[in-house]
Amino acid sequence: MDVVAFWLLAVVAVVSGMLVFRVDSMARATFLLLASFLCVAGTMLLLDLHYLGALTILMMTVEMAVMVVFMVMFMMNPAGLMPMTMVHNRRGALILSVGAFVFLAAGALLVPWPIRRGEPPADATRQLGESIMEGKMLVMLVVGISLFATMVAATVLATGRGRYDRYGDDLTRSRPDDPVPGGVGR
Amino acid sequence: MSLQLFLLLASALFAVGLYGALSQQSIVMIMMGLELMLNGVLVAAAAFWYFVSPQRADGQVLVLLVLAVMAVEMAMGFAVATAIFRARDVDMTDMAGDLKG
Repeated sequence: MDVVAFWLLAVVAVVSGMLVFRVDSMARATFLLLASFLCVAGTMLLLDLHYLGALTILMMTVEMAVMVVFMVMFMMNPAGLMPMTMVHNRRGALILSVGAFVFLAAGALLVPWPIRRGEPPADATRQLGESIMEGKMLVMLVVGISLFATMVAATVLATGRGRYDRYGDDLTRSRPDDPVPGGVGR
Repeated sequence: MSLQLFLLLASALFAVGLYGALSQQSIVMIMMGLELMLNGVLVAAAAFWYFVSPQRADGQVLVLLVLAVMAVEMAMGFAVATAIFRARDVDMTDMAGDLKG
């Protein structure tokens, strides 16, 4: 049962991952990527990682929903009404990626992996929770700070005109310097 | 199910993502390729935890770390794409080759 589920999820994950770069519609590409993520989350559920599987499902669903919005914003052909390809150096990319697959697959099959030590815990979520609140707390601290720094940096980068553009470098301008004056004209 | 099968799936996802990241011209599509590569890392980390050392939580913590990296990559990618689009109307990598040497 598990084997059948794994093969099904694996094949769907890889095929939908490939189709991401084949379909014309950007919305379809994003949802195919989501399908690939959901299948990967499914394989994690097969490995008894219930929390991480559910986390992947939730996070990727939201992330792809945001991605669709950006896709429609930035692509000239978001609906895919006309066929298009926007690729460069396709041959080189194909050769490199096939080479990478062969290399990694050979490693996966040929390396004598160590024999499993111990059995999976009854509750993997508990194991994760205890470790990030004990031995691996530094990891969580770094992740938290990085996420906060990302929020700040992304907002600063994406802001077109901030208050320093509008009110001068020392914020002393009495009226903001806007290309189009707003307000009610007082 | 075995470790080898999971690693094969991870390699396939990584290779497909690598193809996308190398061949696509649109910045957003490149980010999709990167996400697909990280997707492969996710599978590999989970499989290593389950099949090699389930007694320690290292593999699970790695999965958590990769998920955080995915979120950071998406947010910063879109912020950079927005900034360069605002400044120069660029949404393709070939139009932003300033550092090409």
